Amino acid sequence: MTTVAVKPATMAQALTRAMRDAMAADPSVHVMGEDVGTLGGVFRVTDGLAKEFGEDRCTDTPLAEAGILGTAVGMAMYGLRPVVEMQFDAFAYPSFEQLVSHVARMRNRTRGKMPLPITIRVPYGGGIGGVEHHSDSSEAYYMATPGLHVVTPATVADAYGLLRAAIASDDPVVVLEPKRLYWSKDAWNPEAPETVEPIGRAVVRRSGRSATLITYGPSVPVCLEAAEAARAEGWDLEVVDLRSLVPFDDETVCASVRRTGRAVVVHESGGFAGPGGEIAARVTERCFHHLEAPVLRVAGFDIPYPPPMLERHHLPGVDRILDAVARLQWEAES
Amino acid sequence: MTVMEQRGAYKPSPPPAWQPRTDPTPLLPDAAPYRVLGTEAAAKADPELLRRLYAQLVRGRRYNAQATALTKQGRLAVYPSSTGQEACEVAAALVLKDRDWLFPSYRDTLAAVVRGVDPVEALTLLRGDWHTGYDPYAHRVAPLCTPLATQLPHAVGLAHAARLKGDDVVALAIVGDGGTSEGDFHEALNFAAVWQAPVVFLVQNNGFAISVPLAKQTAAPSLAHKAVGYGMPGRLVDGNDAAAVHEVLAHAVRHARAGGGPTLVEAVTYRVEAHTNADDDKRYRADSEVDAWRDHDPIALLERELTERGWLDEAGARAAREDAEALAADLRARLNQDPELDPMDLFAHVYAEPTPQLREQQALLRAELEAGQEGAL
Ligand SMILES: Cc1ncc(C[n+]2csc(CCOP(=O)(O)OP(=O)(O)O)c2C)c(N)n1
Repeated sequence: MTTVAVKPATMAQALTRAMRDAMAADPSVHVMGEDVGTLGGVFRVTDGLAKEFGEDRCTDTPLAEAGILGTAVGMAMYGLRPVVEMQFDAFAYPSFEQLVSHVARMRNRTRGKMPLPITIRVPYGGGIGGVEHHSDSSEAYYMATPGLHVVTPATVADAYGLLRAAIASDDPVVVLEPKRLYWSKDAWNPEAPETVEPIGRAVVRRSGRSATLITYGPSVPVCLEAAEAARAEGWDLEVVDLRSLVPFDDETVCASVRRTGRAVVVHESGGFAGPGGEIAARVTERCFHHLEAPVLRVAGFDIPYPPPMLERHHLPGVDRILDAVARLQWEAES
Repeated sequence: MTVMEQRGAYKPSPPPAWQPRTDPTPLLPDAAPYRVLGTEAAAKADPELLRRLYAQLVRGRRYNAQATALTKQGRLAVYPSSTGQEACEVAAALVLKDRDWLFPSYRDTLAAVVRGVDPVEALTLLRGDWHTGYDPYAHRVAPLCTPLATQLPHAVGLAHAARLKGDDVVALAIVGDGGTSEGDFHEALNFAAVWQAPVVFLVQNNGFAISVPLAKQTAAPSLAHKAVGYGMPGRLVDGNDAAAVHEVLAHAVRHARAGGGPTLVEAVTYRVEAHTNADDDKRYRADSEVDAWRDHDPIALLERELTERGWLDEAGARAAREDAEALAADLRARLNQDPELDPMDLFAHVYAEPTPQLREQQALLRAELEAGQEGAL
C-alpha cells in the first residue's frame, strides 16, 4: 500500500485510490488513455498517478481509442496489466473492433494460452447535463460480448473494491463508472480500504417484503429513494444492487424475488434489447412459481440519448418506478 | 482453363518493378508555415478580401467572448472557444462557394456562423436543447461533430458522391491536431486520395488535445507531412495569418475543383482559452506560453497590415466593431431567453415512422406530463 496520505471521500477518489494501490502492489499495472497523465483525466480519476509512478506507468496516449485498446492487447500479451481509460462512453466506440474481435475472445481463441488481463474503465450514463455523445449507457453492448466481465459500482466502497478486483482479474473487465456518482460520498474508510465482495456478487442494499427493485450503477440511489417514497403507499421494497452484470448473480437476485414475489428491473439505458430484458427473462425462468406478477422493466426510452435540456424526461426517476410498483398489484387489476 | 487447373504449366512471372505512383517531392510541405502578413507577399493581396477577413475576425472574436460569457451565466452547457483560432474558422468558411460543403467539429461553430448559419442555431448543441440546431442543407454545413475525426470520411463520401453525380462541389473538413491520431483520419485521407475526391482537410493545430501537447500526439515532422504517405499534397500555413490561411485554402479548393484531388492543410495556431469552460488549462501549460501567443494574435496581425498599407481607416474599423457588437447583443438577447422545448420531441425523429413501441412510450410521457400539469394546477 502506498505511503501517500489521501482522504478519498468521493467515488472518483476511491477509484484513484484503487489504481494507486494496485500500481504500488504490482509493477505490471499500467494506466493509459487520453489526458490521464498531466491532467489526471477529465474527471481527475487518475490524478497524481503519473507523478507518483512516472509517465511510463501512467501514460498520456495519442488520441486513438482503437490504438489505446489495441496496444493494451499487446502489452497484456507481454505480461503487463493495462488499465485503460476511455474518456466517455460514446468515445469508446472506435475501440470496439479491438474489444469484440480480440480482447473478449483472446483466451478462447488461444485455448487458454493467452489470457488478457485488461481493465477498461468507461465513464458512462447521463444525468450530468452533458452534450451529445457524453451520456450513453453502453452496458448492453458489453454484456452481449462473451468473454468480458462487466461491473458497475454504485457506492464508494464498491468503486474501490470492484476496480481492485478488475485489475487483479486474469480476464478483461469492463468497469462502467456512473459519471453522475463520481462526486457522491458515502461511509467508507479511506484509511483502510478493504476489497469487498468479489466480482459476480450482487448485494441487497435495502431489505423489504413487498417487491424487489433490481438495479445497478446510477439507478441504485434512485431506487433507494423510490423505496423510501413507496413506504407511504404501504410498499416495503427490497433493492438489489447487481454490481456485476457479467457474471450475473442469479442466486442473490432470485432469492430476493422468491421472498417478495414481485420484481421491477430499473436502468437508464433503453429497454428494448436492453439489460432488463435479459434480467427479467432469467428471473422468470427461475422464479416463475414464486411470481405474483410479471417482472416489469423501467428503463430509458428507446431513443438516442437526448440533449441535456430534455434528459430529465428520459431518465427513469422515482415516479416512473412507483408507477411500475403500483402495476405489480397484478391480481387486483386482472 | 483457370490458373489452378494448368498447374504444371503455370509459371508466375516476377512482379513489375515497384514504382511510386507519385514523386513525393512536390507533395511535401514547406519547412516553415507559409505567411503573407508582414511579408512581401502582402503587397499582392486583395485589399477588399483582407478587409472582409478583418471584419469577420472582429465579429468572430466578439462572438467567442459572448458565448464564453453566456456559458459563465449558465446559458450554454459548455463552450469550446475558438479564440485565437478565428483566422482558420473565418478563412475556412469564406473560401467555399455556396454549393460547397463544410464539415465542422464541435469547436467550429464560428465557421458555421460565418458560412451563414444563424448563431443561435449554431449554438443549440452547446446550449443543450437539440443536437443539431440547424438544417444542414440550408447552408451546406454538416452537423457539428463531437466524436473526433468521424466527420472526415463523411466529407470524402459526400465529395465523391457529388463528383459521381457530375456536380461541381468541394467539401472542406476541419479537424484538430489530436483528431489526426484517430483511425478515421487515416482512412478518410486514404479514401480521398485513392478516389481523388474533391476534399480539403484543414487541421487546426492549436497545440493541444485537451491536455496532451502535439509532441505526445505525433512524431511526424509536421501534421502536413502526413499527406505525402497517402499521395496528396500537404501544406503548412500560419494559422493566425488570415490572409495566408485563405490563400492556401483557396488554392487547395481550386485544385480539388479542377479534379486535382485532396489536399491536407495544417494551420499552426494556438488555443488561447482552455479546452472548454470545464477545463483547467493551468494544469498543463504555463501562462507565459499563452501570453506569447497572444502577441501573435490573428486580429492584431491583420489590423497592423491593413493600417500600415492604408487599407483600413478608423471608420472601417469602427464599422467592424459595431457589427460585432450587434451580433453580440443579438446573441445575448436571444440566448437569455429559455428555449421553448417540447418533451415530445424526444420521439419525433428517431425513425421516419415511429415504431409501435415508441408510440407507447410517447403516450406514457404525455400522460406523465398531463398528470404533472394537473398536479401543478
Ligand atoms: C473519439 C473521441 N475520443 C475522445 C473525445 C474526447 N475529446 C473531446 S475534444 C478532445 C481533444 C481534441 O483535441 P484536438 O483534436 O486537438 O481538437 P481541439 O479540441 O484542440 O480543437 C478529446 C480527447 C472525443 N470527442 N472523441
